[in-house]
Amino acid sequence: MNRGDARADAHDVRTDVRVDVLVVGAGPAGLALATRLAHAGAGRIEVLEREQYAGGIPRHLHHGGFGRPPRPWLHGPRYAERAVRAAVAAGAAVRTGVTATGWAGPLSLETTSPAGLERITARAVVLATGARERPRSARLVPGSRPQGVLTTGELLRSVHEHGLPVGRRAVVVGAEPVARHAAAVLRGAGAHVVAMITEAPRAAAVPGVPLLTQTTVGELRGRGRPTGLVIHHRDGRTGLLTCDTVVFTGDWIPDHELARRGGVPLDPGTRGPRVDASFRTAAPGVFAVGNALHGIERAATAAGEGAAAAAPVLAHLAGAPWPEPGPPLEVRAPLLWVTPNRITDTSGRPLLLRPAEAVTAPVVTVTQDGRPLWRRRFPGPASPSRSLRLPPHWTARVDRTGGPVVLALG
Amino acid sequence: MTVTRHGPLPDGAEPYDVTVVGAGVVGCAIARELARLPLRTALIDACDDVGNGTSKANTAILHTGFDAVPGSLESRLVRDGQRLLASYAADSGIPVEPVGALLVAWNEEQLAALPGLADKAVRNGYHAARILPAGEVRAREPELGPGVLGALHVPDESLVCPWTTTLAYATQAVRAGVHLHLNCPVRSVTPGEPHTLTTGRGTLRTRHLVNAAGLYADEIDRFLGHADFTVTPRRGQLIVFDELARGLVRHILLPVPDARGKGVLVTPTVYGNVMLGPTAEDLDDKRDTGSTAEGLALLREKGRRILPALLDEEVTAVYAGLRAATGQEDYVIRARPGQRYVTVGGIRSTGLSASMAIATHVVELLAEGGLPVTGAREPDPVRMPNLGEAFPRPYRDAAMIAADPEYGRIVCHCERVTRGEIRDALAATVPPGSPDGLRRRTRARGGRCQGFHCGAAVRALFEEARR
Repeated sequence: MNRGDARADAHDVRTDVRVDVLVVGAGPAGLALATRLAHAGAGRIEVLEREQYAGGIPRHLHHGGFGRPPRPWLHGPRYAERAVRAAVAAGAAVRTGVTATGWAGPLSLETTSPAGLERITARAVVLATGARERPRSARLVPGSRPQGVLTTGELLRSVHEHGLPVGRRAVVVGAEPVARHAAAVLRGAGAHVVAMITEAPRAAAVPGVPLLTQTTVGELRGRGRPTGLVIHHRDGRTGLLTCDTVVFTGDWIPDHELARRGGVPLDPGTRGPRVDASFRTAAPGVFAVGNALHGIERAATAAGEGAAAAAPVLAHLAGAPWPEPGPPLEVRAPLLWVTPNRITDTSGRPLLLRPAEAVTAPVVTVTQDGRPLWRRRFPGPASPSRSLRLPPHWTARVDRTGGPVVLALG
Repeated sequence: MTVTRHGPLPDGAEPYDVTVVGAGVVGCAIARELARLPLRTALIDACDDVGNGTSKANTAILHTGFDAVPGSLESRLVRDGQRLLASYAADSGIPVEPVGALLVAWNEEQLAALPGLADKAVRNGYHAARILPAGEVRAREPELGPGVLGALHVPDESLVCPWTTTLAYATQAVRAGVHLHLNCPVRSVTPGEPHTLTTGRGTLRTRHLVNAAGLYADEIDRFLGHADFTVTPRRGQLIVFDELARGLVRHILLPVPDARGKGVLVTPTVYGNVMLGPTAEDLDDKRDTGSTAEGLALLREKGRRILPALLDEEVTAVYAGLRAATGQEDYVIRARPGQRYVTVGGIRSTGLSASMAIATHVVELLAEGGLPVTGAREPDPVRMPNLGEAFPRPYRDAAMIAADPEYGRIVCHCERVTRGEIRDALAATVPPGSPDGLRRRTRARGGRCQGFHCGAAVRALFEEARR
């Protein structure tokens, strides 16, 4: 239910705006899509960004390796800047400081900005709302509630955007790439990184930082500031890490609030909007792209999805019917999720498949109604922080009227 | 207007006429009541903010008092206080939502207890409670788990914002001339004429003294030579679920007490969240407001039975409050007129509902000790910023944004808190002493991302205001 919709009063005076495509979120995915659409002359393309600056998460990632192929010299802020410039140069309107607060109709969003309240109605709405890390509370970490307990997102903004001090002794929870980045930022800000801890049996260490594997967070201690973090090792040992800062990293969840408020169904695995290979959600005219679909991937992957969504959005604008969704894709443990989530038409892009635990040389099998569709052994390991990319050709063999397509490790 | 947080206490030549120790919801209500009188009044607290102890971790319900012990002081004060606060809230912009409560019976023993509870409500002067059959309970709450046998419906139980309530009292008191001294723990009291309080910030002299020190009320009592109760902190852990869970529940779902003890409640909040809890654990440490793995597991197990779908929603906060249990069934409000001293102890979670009636009662008791109570005048009304979802908030108010675009600049996206609201809170009569205090005044950083998006920006605004 959309809260507050019944409370239209004299103060809720909205300016009506009409656009062709409304993209919510000016990160890599939303900007790449807007750039393509504007180049294609799709009419008025508007990108809403609730932050004061467009560009998304790369704005805060001061390291190289952005772009596809990865360019060592291309840092996140510069990459973000380029993406914004490209969209604007192509003719898209990128509006910052504008928040989509809810839905006024199937393809109509309510917005708030310093300029006032608007009701923006589009012919296509694209959710490119990104993802966030789950904070300490959502992970049900018990103990006290001191300050100085952050996510990487807050850490990066604190250091790079606001120049706020972080503590002196920090523990990083997680050992994925984002955790290693958090450790580097903490060190750059003058903090000693006491340890990185992960439940996984192994992970890549950061030189000079103790890596505690098979370890979970037990409890936070300290009032005002943290004084320590109780940890448990799988073998039963318990310890106390003395620290004044704790950074919880990874454990991404799509920022799916707008989708849910609009009644756009989610996929239970990704917790992002359920889409087919053309980025169509179950709500006609509503598309979704980027990390809003699956949590964090490389910026180039998100941008690739945005660019690939241009063709189906253009087809929709040209009057193509919104198809009935095909069979769902389902995963079996230890797989966590796959995207896209429905096979409506043949996919032209690799599917992303994420395991819940590290697997060496996984064999992925795809079946439908007991019929094998595809099978492949992947060289090297798969991990909870990195998706497998499945070639899409087998999606042509899916029976559109058949049962669920099941992905499993064989 | 005097609000101090550090440095030596102002050394007035004259002692205060009356000092209230403890700026929780009860202490602030008493200070507000005293502010009506032409007296020099001080309100002091050990913490850096008002309402920073038991009051901030309340279950946020405006109770009717239907289940109090009939004939008790608590019964009378909750009943009177509920009416007073409902009216005050409407005038002051404190969000209240009269959603009503259901005491859901899950077994035969609980079902058999409902008529007794309905009778008790009548004996407490509450006549609107009704027993509902299972079918009607399910129609009202379709997401309840299986096994509902019936419920007692108490239509006037309401949701209230405990943070705004406490802050409204404190704001009105300070504006009417009460001195608020924070970070001011009482180390000892030398009774006399006047009493001399030794605090962490120097000495304070006062003719009359009110002990509203919550968990520490027994310790203050002992300074004045009284030992008739001991406060045992009873910890209540609570889990707060994201706003997206709000559609799952319509009423306050209260437990029916049975032989296995008191269950937990599931309640919406005025902020649009859903809350699950509390546990009830007797502790020794009056500072142990930590949550525990066992407590959270217990709450989740009980919550799953009550509202299964709730457990799939994201958790935005976990916290624990300490209630001041005294082992007595009733509030412990004692006047020692000869000592010009009133103790307000053992105020359970109903104290929020009863706060205004407690305040009136305490001032009457102070008068018995010789406090002059003539010359009362009504304080200027106060209008608090609204934190409730059921009432207009700045981000949806075109007129406010047109007059001041800062009300259209959303900083905390999860809770839709604008820069204008944060600015106002930082410049308010009783400004926050910490980012947590700012959250209780605005909801900033209180949502599902817990600062992933806005934490740094909110902290920067707080630090900037403090400089």
